[in-house]
Amino acid sequence: MAKRTVIPFGPHHPVLPEPVHLDLVLEDETVVEAIPNVGFIHRGLEMLCKKKPFQDIVLVAERICGICSMIHGVGFSQGVEKVMDIDVPPRAEYLRAFWGELSRVHSHILWLGLAADAIGFESLFMHSWRVREMVLDIFEETTGGRVIFDVCKIGGVRKDIENEILKNRFSQQIDKIEEEYSKLAKVFTEDYTVCHRWSNVGVLTKEDAHKLGAVGPTVRGSGISQDMRTLKYGAYEHLDFEPVVENSCDCYARTVVRVKEVFQSIDLMRQVISKIPDGEVETKVKGTPKGEYFSRVEQPRGEVVYYVKGDGTKNLDRFRVRTPTFANIPPLLQMLGGCDLADVPAIVISIDPCISCTER
Amino acid sequence: MGYFAKSPWLLHYDGSSCNGCDIEVLACLMPKYDVERFGIINTGNPKHADVFLITGGINTQNIDVVKNIYNQMGEPKVVVAVGTCATSGHFFSECYNIIGGVDKVIPVDVYAPGCAAKPEMIIDAVVKGLGILEEKKKKMSPK
Repeated sequence: MAKRTVIPFGPHHPVLPEPVHLDLVLEDETVVEAIPNVGFIHRGLEMLCKKKPFQDIVLVAERICGICSMIHGVGFSQGVEKVMDIDVPPRAEYLRAFWGELSRVHSHILWLGLAADAIGFESLFMHSWRVREMVLDIFEETTGGRVIFDVCKIGGVRKDIENEILKNRFSQQIDKIEEEYSKLAKVFTEDYTVCHRWSNVGVLTKEDAHKLGAVGPTVRGSGISQDMRTLKYGAYEHLDFEPVVENSCDCYARTVVRVKEVFQSIDLMRQVISKIPDGEVETKVKGTPKGEYFSRVEQPRGEVVYYVKGDGTKNLDRFRVRTPTFANIPPLLQMLGGCDLADVPAIVISIDPCISCTER
Repeated sequence: MGYFAKSPWLLHYDGSSCNGCDIEVLACLMPKYDVERFGIINTGNPKHADVFLITGGINTQNIDVVKNIYNQMGEPKVVVAVGTCATSGHFFSECYNIIGGVDKVIPVDVYAPGCAAKPEMIIDAVVKGLGILEEKKKKMSPK
């Protein structure tokens, strides 16, 4: 047996924007085991439900993660709305879906940039983020924020988008995003070096993905069709789409899933624009929640589960979040076993780790 | 402000933030805002960095890491607290393990509030920080 060496990866590491620590046990250049050490971003947000009224927890939920903030807000609001039996106006549900899909586009393009940077494609990184700014422009105009929006509330949304602007200017902007993004997508799916760098790296077989409970693009890259939007929550009841599935089970498959999902989200936004009904965007909320509910929604990174339990007071009794990166850490450790040390950044980034989600 | 005698390099660390300010820090380096035109680049090495951008309200586990990174940076150095969490803790200061604000751990020179802090705000804060950097440099040099 070769001599074993332990190499610390993180908490401050240039490839990750967030701190996570992995102890990599090596035999020569091969990783035998990866031991995670987390807790650098743990804030204890779930405890805040004892101190803040349930309406304010939507804002806390949005700040679990700055990348998928909108969908966190939707997940939590849906849970409380089911407990309190509130009917959300259809227009609000469509707007939630619109902003949600826009978040997915922004998150996936952001990830593609980071992934390109992790394998040394600096200008691809820059171009990805240039396209992402076009998405953020729509966010800034409609919600006032670039990454944290605070538009979701219990019983609907805070802001409306005028039909006129939605149907003309935004659909043109979306066309423009698609046009610019297609050029990028071509590099990710067809470039020889990119394919070579990611193919057969970080393999997660279909059985392992199922057994270890992977979610989101990680599980869809391993050939399992699992997408929470197929549960038809909110406006997804009226929108048509098929989950994107790839079968090669490696980092490349996960990348291709995300590349294709951006086109899917753009298509969903077009459907929202063509089908959105007129009407109110919020209903009045009366009373306090009593009861419990599991709300499951699809984030850019996978399934997020919100558990809310109210006891009839203005503070919730329990608020629990199971985030997608948390579910994807056991599959990540499986992928890291047996890989080369040089592939570690590419594999870690391939699950789209969001540490602030994981630790809350 | 005139031109700088030296190209200032940035170091960014996420001290228990929600990610929002972190991606805005990265967005500053991208083609739309492009701080590289001021000679500013993002480095991963504390020993190369002049400006320390720190986001988030710092939890108990992060205190030592932040101090460690700060001590590894060479003098003169400037610390910029990015986002409301880093300046005061935001509502996270009600959480049981957030100490609330970067200035409780290391001295902060410039505060850039906002949730999330916009790239314009971050760039403005860094440029202000560069003025402080020049002053610190003057104080250090022998007369």
